[in-house]
Amino acid sequence: MKLTLKIWRQKNADAKGNFETYKMDNVSPKMAFLEMLDALNKKLVEEDKDPVAFDHDCREGICGSCGMYINGHPHGPVSAITTCHLSMRYFKEGETIWVEPWRAKPFPVIKDLIVDRTAFDKIQIAGGFISVNTGAAPEANSILIQKKKSDDAFDSAICIGCGACVAACKNASAMLFVSAKISQFALLPQGHIEAKERVRAMVIKMDEVGFGNCSNTGACEAECPKQIKLTNIARLNREYYKAY
Amino acid sequence: MGKLISKIPDGPLAMKWTKYKASVKLVNPANKKKLEIIVIGTGLSGAGASSALGELGYSVKTFCYQDSPRRAHSVAAQGGINAAKNYQNDGDSTYRLFYDMIKGGDFRAREANVYRAAEVSNQVIDHYTALGVPFARDYGGTLDTRSFGGVQVSRTFYSSGQTGQQCLLGAYSSLNRQIKKGNVTMYPRREMLDLVLIDGKARGIIARNLLTGEIERHAAHAVVLATGGYGTIYYMSTLAVNSNASAAWKAHKKGAFFANPSFVQIHPTCVPQLNEFQSKLTLMSESLRNDGRVWVPKTKGDSRPANDIPEEDRDYFLERRYPAFGNLVPRDVASRATKERCDAGFGIGETGLAVNLDFRDSIKKQGKKAIESKYGNLFDMYKTITGIDSYEEPMRIYPAGHYTMGGLWVDYELMTTIPGLYAIGESNFSDHGANRLGASSLMQASGDGYFILPNTINNYLADEIRVPKISTDKPEFEETEKTVIERLNKFISIKGKQTASSFHKRLGKIMWDYCGMVRNEEGLKKALVLIKELRDEFWRDLNVPGKFTELNQELEKAGRVADYFELAELLVTDALNRNESCGAHFREEYQTPDGEALRNDEKFAFVAAWEYTGEDKPHILHKEELKFEEVEMKVRSYK
Repeated sequence: MKLTLKIWRQKNADAKGNFETYKMDNVSPKMAFLEMLDALNKKLVEEDKDPVAFDHDCREGICGSCGMYINGHPHGPVSAITTCHLSMRYFKEGETIWVEPWRAKPFPVIKDLIVDRTAFDKIQIAGGFISVNTGAAPEANSILIQKKKSDDAFDSAICIGCGACVAACKNASAMLFVSAKISQFALLPQGHIEAKERVRAMVIKMDEVGFGNCSNTGACEAECPKQIKLTNIARLNREYYKAY
Repeated sequence: MGKLISKIPDGPLAMKWTKYKASVKLVNPANKKKLEIIVIGTGLSGAGASSALGELGYSVKTFCYQDSPRRAHSVAAQGGINAAKNYQNDGDSTYRLFYDMIKGGDFRAREANVYRAAEVSNQVIDHYTALGVPFARDYGGTLDTRSFGGVQVSRTFYSSGQTGQQCLLGAYSSLNRQIKKGNVTMYPRREMLDLVLIDGKARGIIARNLLTGEIERHAAHAVVLATGGYGTIYYMSTLAVNSNASAAWKAHKKGAFFANPSFVQIHPTCVPQLNEFQSKLTLMSESLRNDGRVWVPKTKGDSRPANDIPEEDRDYFLERRYPAFGNLVPRDVASRATKERCDAGFGIGETGLAVNLDFRDSIKKQGKKAIESKYGNLFDMYKTITGIDSYEEPMRIYPAGHYTMGGLWVDYELMTTIPGLYAIGESNFSDHGANRLGASSLMQASGDGYFILPNTINNYLADEIRVPKISTDKPEFEETEKTVIERLNKFISIKGKQTASSFHKRLGKIMWDYCGMVRNEEGLKKALVLIKELRDEFWRDLNVPGKFTELNQELEKAGRVADYFELAELLVTDALNRNESCGAHFREEYQTPDGEALRNDEKFAFVAAWEYTGEDKPHILHKEELKFEEVEMKVRSYK
């Protein structure tokens, strides 16, 4: 395949970025999107040019490192997958592909397609845990949990923290991300004891680091590679009201 | 041999750990705060150790190269985590889990360490459950389990096909709690570039801030490596593409012996390579072999679609060769059997380097829904990558590099041959012998991090309480930093034509071809020559654009590949030295008439611990004899 890439290049957080154009001649439809970027970078390095910086690691959709807007969609035009899983078979011969970093104030651009997502960690540090010391846990089967509840908790717990929800949201809201953790623990008996402190601490931190509020447009759910549901946000709101 | 003191406690196997804990030195809570510990890596072992050490009150500094500790590669483990709970009343026990591991590792692991890993496994499950890890449950609300390869009980706890993610996020949450309390300081986007020794003890690290390129000095009373394995030495593997051996290798060059480097697990069920630019191979969990049947056509070149090939024309080769364990033979056995069929010309697909993993019969018996609930995400992932719906037609799979049983040599206390330097999780060698059983990686990493190291490290630190905070102005830091910077500058100054990745890819091919699933003397000797040639070319023709004082991903890669060249040589040397077949190490010269591994217990029942002696000088081999007090070394049979 022959493709034209328009990639956002930005030297550092303070620099003004711009789109650069790259022509790719030999793209196989069997390649993954990041492998296509690898091929571009190989070419750039061989020409002693600065390669495109992007975050990536596991390349199997679970670590949450990768993430970029591709043709205006977080993780590209295919739903329910991460950028690393996006196959080039979804693009057309001759297509022009626009590639940009996450655009959200709490995720400042570090370089090119790399953004700073430590704001997410800060929220988790504020309260995303159950306070139990190593060695203090009761026998696992002494905590009985309905299968349905446990399965629902799992469905919330599979968030990979990639930031697509924030990137998709016009308010740069992190409500889907926060609500996934709140829901996981709200559904499990282990999480009940600290429920109030947790939701307060996480929401306060979420506001403090600059994420916007939710106005229920649902873009986050539509773009989430792990299909975390909007109902989690409803549960977060319920938990939040209960906490005051 | 003199240098290897394994410190295995006396007494009966089942009492060693209890006895050890009861007699080991402790550190007063008031003193703990004054003692600093550096932990490198935030997978299950690193995040677990950081949390547990923080809870104890130590001052912990934790490093990872990712932007967040939540992304360490434990996150990608799929199938499950073992524990000897015996919830199924199927005859499981600590002893049986221990025995399965010892046997699965082909009697090349240290008995006392393995028993201890089995012993703490139940606590690991209790702890993760308390942390809110949503393990799969039965309708009565109790925890569910499934079976994994090489065992005949059901002891694997799981969260769909993403158990590693759920456990890691649990460990990440406990780490966050300690960060909030101020007991752990987190340093993300840092790469350890060298270990600093003062008076022979591990006292700190030189790290590079991957965002700014700044070189940093960090001091501590002890250093813990939780840096994972070196499977990416094959370039393509099931590992994260940035996973690397550099921290462990740097420690090795500073005096930590490297044990059994040739023990590398090639996982049988991975998505085959699809294109030449491919950067990694994706694992399809071993748990799939609970319900999937592995087969190839009975006739060479049978090009009919899989579903059109009738039962009588299919060769379920694992069931045929290993009737007792069938599709659930251990990984090394399944991988070799797969390679044997493909090499014999029965492989499928365009390349012939694939076999079928078929769920037709299970779907017929249990219904699509049941299969979906057990493996839904794996089927989705397979479809995402290949475009094939495996509810309708079989998955195509082929082996890929996965886990390294070898690693830094550690004693019973998980300390390396450098005082004050520990290695935990996959980065050490101790528990899996020559082959790891499925779902025992999460178990061992978590056990090491949460339950074992936090007990054993006290024994060292108890004697360090009079050592004041260590200054990073000491000449040892100065010198180490200087050599680190020289090396970084060297990469940049070569100004050749080729990328670090292109060298890595070629190195990986050499390793896969000559030191992969099957090895022989001729091939290994050839590999040594090829590695050396490629390494020379690397130092002549590498190109790293930019500077080291800025974000520079090419520089990161160059450093890792440079270390891999050195490790590759040692890996091959170890494979060449071990004139036997055991577990994943299969030397063609040593096999039974029906193609099974032929061990040589008389000559090779030892751990090969290699000592670094200097640039381009041969390593010195130290042997730790493996003494089995409890078990008898038997021929490992799954027939």
